[in-house]
Amino acid sequence: MLIFTLRKLNLFLFTMLLLTVLSFSLSFLFPGDQLTNLTGQLNITPSEQTALAKEYSHESNIAWQYAAYLGHILNGELGLSMTNQTNITDEILRLLPATIELSLFAFVIATVIGIPLGFIAAIRHHKPADHVILAFAMIGYSIPVFWLGLLAILTFSIQLGWLPSGGQISLLYEIERTTGFMLVDILLSDSPYKWQALQNNFAHMILPALVIAAAPATVFIRLARTAMLEVLQTSYIKAARAKGLSFSQIILRHAIRNALIKVVQHIGLQFANLVTLAMITEVIFNWPGIGRWLIESIYQRDYTAIQSGLLVLSSFIFFVHIITDYTYAALNPLARGAKYGSR
Amino acid sequence: MKLNRWLSAIFMACLVLLSGCEIDNQTIAQNSLVYCAEGSPASFNPQTDTSGTTIDAIANQLYDRLIRFNDDNSIAPALAKSWHLTRDGKMVTFYLRKDVTFHQTEYFTPTRNFNADDVVFSFERILNTEHPFHQVSGGKYPFFQNVQFSNIVEGIEKINDHTVRFKLREANSSFLANLATDYAVVLSQEYGQQLLSQGRQEEIDSKPIGTGPFKLQSYQSGSLLRYYRHESYWHNEVKLNQLVFDITASDTGRLTKLLTNECDVIAYPIAPHKIKENPNLIVEEVTAFNIGYLGFNTQKAPFDDPQVRRAVAHAINKDAIITAIYGEQGEIAHSILPKSSWAHDSSVIPIEYNPEQAIALLQEAGYEDGLTFDIWAMPVQRSYNPNALTMAKLIQADLNQIGVKVDIVSYEWSTFLRRLGQGEHQSVLLGWSADHPDPDNFLTPLLSCNSAETGSNRAFWCDQEFDSLLKLALKTDNINQRKNLYLQAQAIFQRDLPLLPLAHSKRFQARHEQVKGKILNSFGGINFAEVSKL
Repeated sequence: MLIFTLRKLNLFLFTMLLLTVLSFSLSFLFPGDQLTNLTGQLNITPSEQTALAKEYSHESNIAWQYAAYLGHILNGELGLSMTNQTNITDEILRLLPATIELSLFAFVIATVIGIPLGFIAAIRHHKPADHVILAFAMIGYSIPVFWLGLLAILTFSIQLGWLPSGGQISLLYEIERTTGFMLVDILLSDSPYKWQALQNNFAHMILPALVIAAAPATVFIRLARTAMLEVLQTSYIKAARAKGLSFSQIILRHAIRNALIKVVQHIGLQFANLVTLAMITEVIFNWPGIGRWLIESIYQRDYTAIQSGLLVLSSFIFFVHIITDYTYAALNPLARGAKYGSR
Repeated sequence: MKLNRWLSAIFMACLVLLSGCEIDNQTIAQNSLVYCAEGSPASFNPQTDTSGTTIDAIANQLYDRLIRFNDDNSIAPALAKSWHLTRDGKMVTFYLRKDVTFHQTEYFTPTRNFNADDVVFSFERILNTEHPFHQVSGGKYPFFQNVQFSNIVEGIEKINDHTVRFKLREANSSFLANLATDYAVVLSQEYGQQLLSQGRQEEIDSKPIGTGPFKLQSYQSGSLLRYYRHESYWHNEVKLNQLVFDITASDTGRLTKLLTNECDVIAYPIAPHKIKENPNLIVEEVTAFNIGYLGFNTQKAPFDDPQVRRAVAHAINKDAIITAIYGEQGEIAHSILPKSSWAHDSSVIPIEYNPEQAIALLQEAGYEDGLTFDIWAMPVQRSYNPNALTMAKLIQADLNQIGVKVDIVSYEWSTFLRRLGQGEHQSVLLGWSADHPDPDNFLTPLLSCNSAETGSNRAFWCDQEFDSLLKLALKTDNINQRKNLYLQAQAIFQRDLPLLPLAHSKRFQARHEQVKGKILNSFGGINFAEVSKL
């Protein structure tokens, strides 16, 4: 496990380095002054300009400039937003938790719905249940997320009036910000309306999370179905059947566990997809997350924000990949020996 | 079996959660209100910003004025319980209320009640360029600079703790109306001193302290504004405990939130007729104090001839313009002053749509072979004219029928205004929004000789008789006398017709049925002081 860890760490460091190189090069590729793109500092005096150029080693060669940039990133200094001159690090720290919260919630929904349905489809292979589930999976996978989102608002918010149409929580609840994760903050707060706030936050989360979950859930259905079908054809299942175990015993004791290992391996890959969907959904549901912020920054040509937002988001997704690799390795000892790209 | 038991337990839990949600939500929602606004305020001090969005968000919520307007647009006491005007109209003495408290917030705790020092402090800030707070937000006081406040007021004097005297350079009957606008708010001198001693002067315009019905709790630009009730508000008991401005720039977003109960009241609703179909929703409308007009450059041919102006006026089909441009959002204007103004002349005979008469008038004026002129159409959207370009096209088509050719001209807005100021136009589609209901706020800026030289008189029309009537009307505070003078002035206007009044636009707001109380005013900002929820 130690070697596995070292390998992953190595991969992590190099990928991060590549990401920062890419992000650094963006400041040259965007139109306008490179230093302005990098720092987002507008309307500064010539003396401040000189100090800034020195701070970013602007007069030295490109390697030093990159090193200075890297130093700033490691210090958590991502510059100022070019549109409203706010600190981007603060903005990201404020917004990222909301995105993580929503994505995790959607992820849980997708797994809880997708995997069991996939297993059921496999167990009922070529029977009506299998066909129905596959048909739903197909529909869910083909519907564009923005359309599904609007449809959900139209049906459940406007027509039926069951759920709110946007935002993270009703603005009437004043929740003090401590961790940035709304659910945690509500639990930590001493508001007399704590439990209502929790329900309210939950109600706001249901629609966007379900919309985000739709596509990954269908992928999980197919993954789980294939994995289960494979497992059911292995010799140890046949042996178990020969031993006289009942069908439900075989499924519960042997098949599910082994099929799950195969599914977990692919779950992490779906997370990147899920975050992309979350970004679009945040715009539709007015969710105060990093996706909406990033898309707004793109609209406003806020180059500093785009650059830093992409860096943070891609590192986040990469981080999640490593975590799933770890989980998979913990579940399946055989995977620990695998080299990069060998599986 | 086991699974069934689990499922039923989860189901029960959900049921309890959801039902609890229903009951408890009502308690917090009952005395709170969410207003979906169209934008963020630019400042927290209405002295320094006059944009509608800013005034709506802050002016009546946070502050009070010495005097205010009644529903019938007469002037009523507010922080000043009474006032006295000397016979020559040059000295105004205000007697102040004693029991008025300032907001207590996380950043300021007042030690004394409101008194004369606060009034002197608030107005000295505008008038006195040496005042420590004068330059804080760039030294700009748009409303006061527009009405040339520093030319009107000679000085402000504290007589005692509860008496303040304004000395004017000469009598000015719109002075009280100016003080009753949303811009003439009273700030706390004590708070100012505290900020000054800490070297944080700029916070006076971003962390506001006032005497108004609500105090500021938090603000996130582009997202929300949270107010709490001012517990010891002097005027009435404020029924809402919490007032939240949910800043939703998109108009469809605001409509959705109204339909889904996330907003109780929304600003500028789209599709008002659709909202009216829902029995739980109410659309309110007030005619705003504004005028959209076609201005004739009276210094240039052909509009130096009143007969041509009248001919063009007869050839324009105003009804068609209202239907096409304003829809339900505007009403036809026959005079410069809206109907709700006390000086409105209801006896005025509307200029009827009559192409034959127009042709006859043109022939009389010597344009038998027709005529060509240009109309300048402003490139921006304003409530008094939502689409000047289309309006110009409609007028073009109307005039074409009587053999008059019209060229439509438009420039980028700042160029447009600059060239307009230089009088390069022959006619122009423009408008005016009043800051207060005093008729002078329409007539002087639009039609006086003085403003022909300095600014907003786009007709460059100067009539000595008309001008002296306006000046006389400002010198007296006898309302009957004033009304008489303004009626005479309007008769001169109708005779000469330097501007053709087209429309007064309306302002809309939509709310849920259970929200009670008056929010909209026909001029200035909205007010939540007397709003409650059932």
